[in-house]
Amino acid sequence: MGMEKEVLKIEHIHKKFDDLTVLEDVSLTVHEGEIIVIVGPSGCGKSTFLRCLNGLEEINEGHIYIDEEPVNPAGKNITKIRERIGMVFQSYDLFPHKTILENVCLAPVKVQKRKKDEVKEEALKLLERVGLSAKVNSFPRQLSGGQKQRVAIVRALIMHPEVLLFDEVTAALDPEMVREVLDVMLDLAKQKRTMLIVTHEMAFARAVADRVIFLDGGHIVEDADPKQFFDSPKTDRAKKFLSTFEFEEK
Amino acid sequence: MGFEVLLKGTNFIRLLQGLWVALRISLISVGISIVLGIILGTLMSLKKPVITAVSRVYLEIVRIMPQMVLLFIVFFGFSKAMGLNLPAEASAIIVFSFWGTAEMGDLVRGCLISIPVIQYESSYALGMSKFNTYFYVIIPQIIRRLIPLSINLITRMIKTTSLVMMIGIVEVLKVGQQIIEANRKSSPHAAFGVFATVFLLYFLACWPISRLSKYLEKRWS
Repeated sequence: MGMEKEVLKIEHIHKKFDDLTVLEDVSLTVHEGEIIVIVGPSGCGKSTFLRCLNGLEEINEGHIYIDEEPVNPAGKNITKIRERIGMVFQSYDLFPHKTILENVCLAPVKVQKRKKDEVKEEALKLLERVGLSAKVNSFPRQLSGGQKQRVAIVRALIMHPEVLLFDEVTAALDPEMVREVLDVMLDLAKQKRTMLIVTHEMAFARAVADRVIFLDGGHIVEDADPKQFFDSPKTDRAKKFLSTFEFEEK
Repeated sequence: MGFEVLLKGTNFIRLLQGLWVALRISLISVGISIVLGIILGTLMSLKKPVITAVSRVYLEIVRIMPQMVLLFIVFFGFSKAMGLNLPAEASAIIVFSFWGTAEMGDLVRGCLISIPVIQYESSYALGMSKFNTYFYVIIPQIIRRLIPLSINLITRMIKTTSLVMMIGIVEVLKVGQQIIEANRKSSPHAAFGVFATVFLLYFLACWPISRLSKYLEKRWS
């Protein structure tokens, strides 16, 4: 791992909402091709952490760099930086007035000024890859939650981001649709994409992660490889958290 | 039945001219209301306490006051109290815009706050600038919600223009009355035919508009 390029460097960041400290002195280095899964109890700051990385939240202290370039929400180049950090949200937030194809093509054409034909061709290819060729001219309201979330992933992918952020992307889905979205992410993992994934799907986390970060109370409590984290967590807090996913047999 | 009266002289043409007066007042007022309503609605969505308080009082006044009272205040009241001698049609446009701006403002505010924050964020996350986000993502959604609602306001305004004859504007209903009065001797039963025609004219003016609004609502929902 040590040989890979450092894509994302997070140094001692602090984040407060008014008086509430959400992140306290969090540091993390993400290497190219690395898949980091972030777990932790709700309200531990996972989502806020991801949102700081592409400048949707301003940090109070510390630094975030993507390839040495600082991420600053107030900075002039923030849109340029966001092009390089794709993000998929929990509530498959497609643009309701645009078709699936238009949703996917909007940003590459308007932001990256790429040629329409070339973008469309790539969009169709990506949509086919996630099994949505039949839906390209549909509107978001005609799709199921799982289908919408797959479109949202494609919409992020087409920007050719260096890093992908997934913020509980299956949390709002009906159970039978979780798998189809996770399969798309597994496919991305095989392509060795750099990803930071916040999830409650522990089995998936274990299967896909290179590193698991356990966040609790705004701190990184554990940073371990998945086997170690899930089989023998070091801290009591992690043990307690993991035990909430287990049920004793009657 | 009284329809024959309309064929006499220029009676029918006059009725159409009366309809045009009604349409002109409502269209100009809607135009003004849309522009001012967008400004008002945007200001209201900012949730500044002073603006919220002032706009709430304004909205309540419009809601409570009958349009006729407003017409009287502006047309008769202003001229006496401030020496402001407004022509009747201008008074009507002021009152209708005053009413329309309140309604449009409230609609715009409703549309603006109904767009979830995540729509902005997901657009920003794609590298879209603020301008691009508003231009390609937010405003198109607002317009789609707003147009059917504002069309509905136009039809209500056209209907309410029948009040403006109370301040001396000769619009379609007033023309109808004049025709009936003038022909009382020759056709004493003209009322039904004339008013039925007036009804038909209102219907012909409003029905396509309301169909259009239904169509757009369905297409964009």
